[in-house]
Amino acid sequence: MAAAALLLSACAGSANNATSSSAGTGSAAAVSCGSTPITIAKNAWTGYYANVAVVDYILRTNLGCTTKISEINEQVAWQGFPTGQVDVILENWGHDDLVKKYITDQKVAVDLGPTGNQGIIGWYVPQWMADKYPDITDYKNLNKYADLFKTSESGDKGQLLDGDPSYVTNDVALVKNLGLNYKVVTGGSEAALITAMQKATDNKSPLLFYFYEPQYALATIKVARVSLPPYTAGCDTDPAKVACDYPPYTLNKIARAKWVDAGGPAVNFIKKFNWTNDDQNKVAADIAAGKSYDDAAKAWIAANPDKVKAWLAS
Amino acid sequence: MSVGIVPPLAGSIATGPELPASDGGPRRRPAVKWQLLGLAVVWIVLYKLLDGRWPLESGQPEAAQSWLQDFASSIGDNRLTNPLFIYILNPITNALQAAYDGGVWITQQLGWTGMTGLAAAVALVFAGWRMALLAFLGFLSFGILGLWDQSMETLVLVAISVLLSVLIGIPLGVWAGLSPRFERLLLPVLDTLQIMPSLAYLPIISLFFLIGPPSGIIATLIYAVPPVIRLTSVGIREVAPESVEASRSLGATARQVLFGVQLPMSRRTRVVGVNQTVMAALSMVTVAALVAAPGLGQVVLNALVVLNVGAAFNAGIAIVILAIVLDRVITAASRRVGSAPPSRRSKTISWGIAVALVVVGAMLPAVLPAMAKWNVAYVYAFTDVVNTMSDWAKHNLYPITTAFTEWFTSWFINPIDALFAGTPWFVTIAMWTALGFIVGRFRPAATALFCLVGCVLLALWPSSMATLTQVIIAAAVTMVLGLILGVWIGRSPWADRLLRPILDAGQVMPPFVYLIPCLFLFGPTRFTAIVAAVIYAAPAAIKIVGEGIDRVSSDTVEAARSVGSTTVQEIVKVQLPMARPIILVALNQGIIFVMSMVVIGGLVGGGGLGYDVITGFAQERFAGLGLAAGIAIVLLGVMLDRVSQSAGRVRRTSSDLG
Repeated sequence: MAAAALLLSACAGSANNATSSSAGTGSAAAVSCGSTPITIAKNAWTGYYANVAVVDYILRTNLGCTTKISEINEQVAWQGFPTGQVDVILENWGHDDLVKKYITDQKVAVDLGPTGNQGIIGWYVPQWMADKYPDITDYKNLNKYADLFKTSESGDKGQLLDGDPSYVTNDVALVKNLGLNYKVVTGGSEAALITAMQKATDNKSPLLFYFYEPQYALATIKVARVSLPPYTAGCDTDPAKVACDYPPYTLNKIARAKWVDAGGPAVNFIKKFNWTNDDQNKVAADIAAGKSYDDAAKAWIAANPDKVKAWLAS
Repeated sequence: MSVGIVPPLAGSIATGPELPASDGGPRRRPAVKWQLLGLAVVWIVLYKLLDGRWPLESGQPEAAQSWLQDFASSIGDNRLTNPLFIYILNPITNALQAAYDGGVWITQQLGWTGMTGLAAAVALVFAGWRMALLAFLGFLSFGILGLWDQSMETLVLVAISVLLSVLIGIPLGVWAGLSPRFERLLLPVLDTLQIMPSLAYLPIISLFFLIGPPSGIIATLIYAVPPVIRLTSVGIREVAPESVEASRSLGATARQVLFGVQLPMSRRTRVVGVNQTVMAALSMVTVAALVAAPGLGQVVLNALVVLNVGAAFNAGIAIVILAIVLDRVITAASRRVGSAPPSRRSKTISWGIAVALVVVGAMLPAVLPAMAKWNVAYVYAFTDVVNTMSDWAKHNLYPITTAFTEWFTSWFINPIDALFAGTPWFVTIAMWTALGFIVGRFRPAATALFCLVGCVLLALWPSSMATLTQVIIAAAVTMVLGLILGVWIGRSPWADRLLRPILDAGQVMPPFVYLIPCLFLFGPTRFTAIVAAVIYAAPAAIKIVGEGIDRVSSDTVEAARSVGSTTVQEIVKVQLPMARPIILVALNQGIIFVMSMVVIGGLVGGGGLGYDVITGFAQERFAGLGLAAGIAIVLLGVMLDRVSQSAGRVRRTSSDLG
């Protein structure tokens, strides 16, 4: 059964998924969507997959568009705006440097507004630790528990497991500036972080780690966030002197300027596309469990007709 | 014994200009052992005295890194105006895209029946009916695994990359084989191409060739072209000088010697080069997927995101099957060339059957529409089985594996790391230079000095030392396994048959597939990074050592036996010493393969340069750091190769002297 699901999702992910059967249902909208396929960049994390699943499904079935999914690294995706190889990025996490290069300077991309998802970055412990040591979720008490987190990687200090190189991290500076007796150990990938979280939860072993929300793994793995000194505007300007929490991220959609200028129902819909972290986690968890993208999208759309209606209103 | 995925190394494909010394007189330095011991003592004393003094911080955006950063971000700015783009790069991009689209179009027109028929037909004509059966079953299995379309996309990408590699590689290899001077120029370039992690330059390639299949093909080409160049050149040089002399004395021109003698006589080694190129191309499938090249790599990456080990494994199996089919068919085809040509009659018959296979395969969907697409009912994926197995392992084995990880880390990784990174940088550099001098006098000493100073100038010292530690341990474990298992498969054809498919799988199974189970068992640690490197590098070392042992003439072994040698004596005193030149090649390849896994190690807790490369790939503002780290990895690889090759030669001469 999983094999069949894999096959289906693989088909949905392949380059030419412009299914003629669904294009027919678009009625009048099909005309104005045009025949050129809309290229959606697909970055490699499950939350993003959820956005792709729902947006792609609605583009094809409700608006009669043809779409092309381009599976691509998030940084490389921006290179597609000047060349016309990418029309839209559906979940962008900050990237001030790329915003400056492609939106401000080259003017080949535009911000299509927030997705409604809030990105949170921070330090976490498995829930069982927060239950057992209630004061552990305050950074001031971390030194007290440093022994618990010792590993062969961190030597005589506690280990703070860092991880995904795709995201901003100030952790080395934070540990130093907050006077914590910890060593930052680089896990190196999201997969490394999630397996460590799962292991620490299953085996009730201690773990302090860097993570972020929304992330579907948090639907099944219960964790607690460690509070750091609150973020204030500008407190992270000098990377070496950071001693405050990470700022909240407003995740947004970025699109190719010329594609947006051409207008049409697809642009209008993606501009309005906006949902909550819970919505996204729901779809992401379905995909992670092996559902095809279209099935995951259909299930959510059926349960949330009002939201979809609002996105499609002109 | 079958040739398998690693070449039978007739001569050597050692990378450096310092090929294993065939003669040149033994160097009389029996004191090397004592000098090395003295060096170790000095180093440890200096470490105890100076631990942690004068540290060099990593990753400061120093001159070299910011220059690389500016370089990386300036590419592609003038895509529409720069003549380089208009007249060279853009046409190449378009041609590659067209080639890819055309290839996929053909596979779609033929359908799965036609493609399976075609594969069997090609194998039948060039490699015989056994291979035809293998190709037939192999292609059938892509459908059974539920990955037909992706397998064909990968096949097209790999086919184009290999074709280009051969077109570029054979002429260069011939030139290098004829001109030692050109070869000296080329070898460092080939080293760099093989060691430089592709993630370091992938964002640049996609700026030149756009995202999609063209960039995937170029990235694959860069990694896959060195083997065919190397082995073509080795093959040319291997041709017995007498044959060349003989034809010259008969008045043949240089061109006639090349086409009449050297090229035909070196065909078999060259085919091994093509084989290696195919394997290298297949190992790039997942990397190519990062720049939106379609195929099996996408399946692996998608499965990794949701930690679906089973689905990743399933796609990995398809890659392994593709590798085995291509490897065995090419090998068998190359053997046929050497043997007596088949009779005219049998040739006609096999061509007839081949044409029939393709025609019937291609027509089948027209007759039976149900055959047009692989029926989903006949899919058997390994996904669930593998997931069950890996769940069991991660819940039951981790106490043992965790304890072992801690033990290994505190006994091996931490002490060596302390020595390299804890001593002040100039002491570590001085010690490596001295080590180079002891084992090989000036050349390796100068290489070590140059490479390590390079790491300092790139502002990557701590990362470099973290990586150096892991690489040395991984290379040592690789060689231990290589010697033990290599001797086993070299002596026992039975063991060879048993291990070879496993070794093949270790080489082409994308590392991403086994990273998740490794992470569950060993956690995100440097140990996991070492395990991943050993899984990838050991098969090559084992195969090469096995080949070397197998080639020690049976007369010599018989002679040893007749004077009453035990099995152990036979191995240690006869087979290993006689196979030493090839064992040195295993060492060289082991180090190169370990180096090429540094980045993968960075994904699972290895930190160091691998993590720097990933960061550079993930965030454009760190592109300079990524490139610099890629260069540092090359420097370390070159240093380790040159020093270890010198050391290997010294050991021989000193032991020969008794």
